[in-house]
Amino acid sequence: MIRLISAFCLSLLAASAGAEDIAPDALIKGISDDVIGIIKQDKDIKAGDRKKIDALVDAKVLPHFNFARMTALAMGRNWPKANAAQRDALITEFRNLLVRTYSGALSTYKDEVIEFKPLRAAPGDTDVTVRTQVKRPGNAPVSIDYSMEKTPTGWKVYDVVVGGVSLVTNYRDSFNAEIRASGVDGLIKSLSDKNRSLEPQGGAASK
Amino acid sequence: MKRNLIMLRRFSVLLMVGGLAGCATTGGNPDDPLEGYNRAMFSFNDSVDKAVIKPVAQGYKAVMPGFARTGVSNFFSNLGDVWIGINNVLQGKPGDGVSDFGRFAINTTMGILGLLDVASDAGLEKHNEDFGQTLGRWGVGSGAYVVLPFLGPSSVRDGFSVLAVDWHGDPVRRVGDVPTRNELYGVRIIDTRANLLDASRLLEEAALDRYSYVRGAFLQRRRSLVYDGNPPREPDPEDVDTGAQGSTR
Repeated sequence: MIRLISAFCLSLLAASAGAEDIAPDALIKGISDDVIGIIKQDKDIKAGDRKKIDALVDAKVLPHFNFARMTALAMGRNWPKANAAQRDALITEFRNLLVRTYSGALSTYKDEVIEFKPLRAAPGDTDVTVRTQVKRPGNAPVSIDYSMEKTPTGWKVYDVVVGGVSLVTNYRDSFNAEIRASGVDGLIKSLSDKNRSLEPQGGAASK
Repeated sequence: MKRNLIMLRRFSVLLMVGGLAGCATTGGNPDDPLEGYNRAMFSFNDSVDKAVIKPVAQGYKAVMPGFARTGVSNFFSNLGDVWIGINNVLQGKPGDGVSDFGRFAINTTMGILGLLDVASDAGLEKHNEDFGQTLGRWGVGSGAYVVLPFLGPSSVRDGFSVLAVDWHGDPVRRVGDVPTRNELYGVRIIDTRANLLDASRLLEEAALDRYSYVRGAFLQRRRSLVYDGNPPREPDPEDVDTGAQGSTR
């Protein structure tokens, strides 16, 4: 019995050590293969069932994203202006908005091939960019780059750059304008209004 | 009919000048000193799109089978490859240029006038180049952000390139038979818009303020294209990473 328990504990240890040790590019590749494998087989997702896609993203993708860092990046110089409660609200709302965009993009997936470029990083690096290219015959390839940082719980994505466009910092101008016009609370309100306006079609991304 | 197009271009220029004279508001983005005019033009383009172009593109997508739409896209894409190749040569990338000319030769013959993209299968990758990128490669800055009438987001550099240079490199312009040429223009617009339907729906969902979202995306995208996807990494002065690091919600 004791051996069983200790084996169980060991396996838990191994599992958690695994999550920390996986190299950043291997992590992204694992997630992509997983998600695309499911999308290709699931008829509901192919038909555009957003609830099911959201659930998939929730389970497979979100644990590897650092939404606090993403929100801070999008806020830029305005981040220090927000107090702890406002920050929590901002992170939640921004997370829901990004997740919806991400799920929406996934639902348009057809038969693109994702290629990984060799990772340029030194062994001790704690901040790397994983570069991928999405290829579809007849179209110029589109790059998707993942900025990642090393944390105690493994590598986390803090920015996704599609074709040179950062999905995070691209919000900075509108965040800025919103905060100038009506303060941090004004921004929280417009983000949550935006998320609520998308709810009927979208479904379960709010938590 | 050619005169109509020239008229359209003149009208565009008039609209722009009229717009420029009418305002001097700025919203604070240093790349966008003409924001007042640009926002007005953005919503003008938007209403043209909503009223005419988007519905036609949706109808086209609903009616035409997928393989036929792919054929149409391939056809226009093939016509563009020669100009893309010339720009690659101008940018000092003769290898890429030769690959583009090769694509055109292969797809025009074996690909039945470009309807099939057999060159991609043969490993000749499609590129994305235009004269604005060539100027950028030569060191010309993009200048202010400008929303062009009908054509949409651009910059002083890229707008000049599109209206004064790329225009001349467009093979459709050389089609002698006027009705055929106009048909080609029309189909190309609808084909382009149909290919963007998914993207524009995503944009609708993602953006808090569509104008500034499109502006930011355009400026970042063009910068990336000028460097063929590898722009030098700029330090982000606003990355005030306080307390967010390590927390993983």
